Order: sequence, then C-alpha cells, then structure tokens
Amino acid sequence: MTARQQRMFFVVLVIAGVAVAAAFGLRAFQENLLYFYSTSQVHAGDVPLDRKFRLGGIVVDGSVEREAGSLTVRFVLTDTQTTVPVEYTGILPDLFREGQGIVAHGRVNDDGLFVADEVLAKHDENYMPPEVADSIKQAHYEGVRRSKEQQAAQGGDH
Amino acid sequence: MWKWFHQLASPPHYYRMAGAIIPWTGWPALLLIIIGAVGGLYLAPPDYQQGDAFRIIYVHVPSAWLSMFGYVVMATAAAIGLIWRMKLAHVAANAVAPLGASFTALALATGSIWGRPMWGTWWVWDARLTSELILLFLYFGYMALNRAFEDRKQGDRASAVLALVGVVNVPIIHYSVEWWNTLHQPATITKFGKPSITVDMLWPLLVMFLGFTLFFITVALQRARAETLERERRSAWVKEL
Repeated sequence: MTARQQRMFFVVLVIAGVAVAAAFGLRAFQENLLYFYSTSQVHAGDVPLDRKFRLGGIVVDGSVEREAGSLTVRFVLTDTQTTVPVEYTGILPDLFREGQGIVAHGRVNDDGLFVADEVLAKHDENYMPPEVADSIKQAHYEGVRRSKEQQAAQGGDH
Repeated sequence: MWKWFHQLASPPHYYRMAGAIIPWTGWPALLLIIIGAVGGLYLAPPDYQQGDAFRIIYVHVPSAWLSMFGYVVMATAAAIGLIWRMKLAHVAANAVAPLGASFTALALATGSIWGRPMWGTWWVWDARLTSELILLFLYFGYMALNRAFEDRKQGDRASAVLALVGVVNVPIIHYSVEWWNTLHQPATITKFGKPSITVDMLWPLLVMFLGFTLFFITVALQRARAETLERERRSAWVKEL
C-alpha cells in the first residue's frame, strides 16, 4: 500500500467511523429528538406523566372555544386517528387556526385534559397565493357535496 | 485528465484561471440576485396563510442550501488536501469556511425572524434547528483549529480532519425533518416529485438559488486567490506580479 492509499484509507475510515458512531448515538437519543408526541401516543400511554412534554396535532374544525373576558382557549387536537382536548391561556401565534398543525407544551391532568403553557404553530411546506387556496377549498367542498348527493341519490333508489 | 488535475494544483495556474473565471460568475450572480429580489419581493403573490411574511424564504432557503453545500465543498477539498497533499486544496477549504459560516448564520437569523410571528417563538431545540446550529459551530471550529498551529501544514491537516468528521452532520440536517417530528416544515422543493409551491412563487426562488450559488463561487474563488498570494508571497511568480 502506498502512502497515498494509506491516507485515502484513513479518510474513508474516519468518515465511516463517525457515521456509525452518529447513527448509534442518534438511535440512543431517539426519544429526546422527537420534538413532539402525537395524540395516539397519549392514548396509548407512551407519554411521560410526571413531567411536561410537547403534543403535536391538527386543530379539529369547529373545536376552538374562547372563554369570554380572558385569554383562555379550549380546542381539540387530532392526528386523524385519536383526539386530545387542550386548554391554553395566552397569546396564540399568527398561524393558529382550525385545521392548522400546532405543537403545545404542557401536561395531561387527571381528567385527560392537556393543559398547555405554550402553543406553537407548525407551518407546512405548501406555499400558494390566496386565490389558489380558495379554489382548492372550493373544489374540496364541491367534491364533498357531490359525493353526498350521490349517496343521497343511491339511498333514494332503495 | 491527470495533467489537468496537476495543473490545477499549481498556484500560479490557479491564480490566472480563477482571475479569468470570476467576471463570468460575479456579474451573472449580481444580475440574478436583482431579478430574483424583484420577482420575490414584488412580483410574487402573497401566501394564503402567511401573507407577505413568507417572502423571507427568498433569502432563507438559498442561504440554508449554501450552508450545507459549502460544508460539503470544504470537506471534499480537505479530503483532497489530506490524500494528495495538495496545498491548493487546503487553501480552497480555508476560502470556503467563513463563507459557509456566514450563510449558516444568515439561515439561522432569517429563520428565527420568520419563526417569531409564524411559530410563536424565536428558537426551538428541534432536530433541524439544532443540527444547523451544530453546523455553524463546526465551521467556527474549523477556522479556529486551522489557525491554532505555528506550522501552517499542521493546522491544515488538523482542521481537515475536523472538516471530515463534521460531514456526517450534513445528511442529518437534510433528513432531520423526515426522520423526526420537528417544528420545522419538510422540504418544499425536492429533486423528485412536484414542488409544493406555485410557479409564480417558485421561479424567483430558483433564480435566487442560482444567483446566491454563483455569488458564493465568486467570493470563494477570490478568497482562494488572495490566500494563494499570501502563502506564496516569497515565490518568484508572485514577485513578478
């Protein structure tokens, strides 16, 4: 082996060694790297009960209730499989709205209510002008209406 | 092919060649950044959710791309320098380091400014943000280590090893949004599949990508030229200039 080949071998070895070490390290810390838990994990009991954690999910349409005269807000989070009710007192970020993905920090109380002390909005990777967003929504409602009509028509046949 | 490789390693040849290339990357970079800025800040429509605040992506995304691209270039140059004992490769790695660090800092700063109104926080310790911050410290570590030795060759070699060790962080940054639940959103533009952004918003971003990258190349070439002169200041060809 020439000196140059030895050095080449050394470079490959360094990269491979560090990559393996990083892979094992990240596996070991997998739990801590999860920025938030899902609502299904709350139902399955996979979340820490003795300390605060983050809960991520989508705000269920029509679930947001504001308490009059205070900053307290109640809403329901879902991952489309399960739901968890959340209560939060404070200022919500700009992107907070129904149907939006958010991350709340807090803990589950004895009644199964998630009491949050911080709410962050999670933005998705989609960017579009308002007109396009409207037309997509419109098309979605059209589709829902049509499928309902179809169901109704089929129901009428029987 | 090898002749070309050896020629590239010769400092006077590099000095002349880079001097000839720079105008061909510098001026297009300026032009593209102006076009991209007009397209992004003026022509593109506002976002349906974020309004005008989304326009920060025209700086944030190209910066983030260059922060990782710069690191890969630096690590590759460092490896070439280690294996072939090529001085010019270490010069190239040195030229790229502060540039990459600047774009990493810019990506972190613009992301933070956007995060405050949109997410509701300046900073979170999620996998994407944390790994990008580690990248910044890797750049700092490289620059510090390179200058920590009396003997320049020793500094070059030590910092090159650090650059190689840090290269594992680059795929971690890239895939962090897929491997873990992060607050940071996944990639909008991917090599495969349709980008999840409308064309009116996309084209200025692509122009900015190209403009930023050409700017990066221009400054890197110029910095490497300056360092070549400095390192070779005692040689005959520099004295002739």
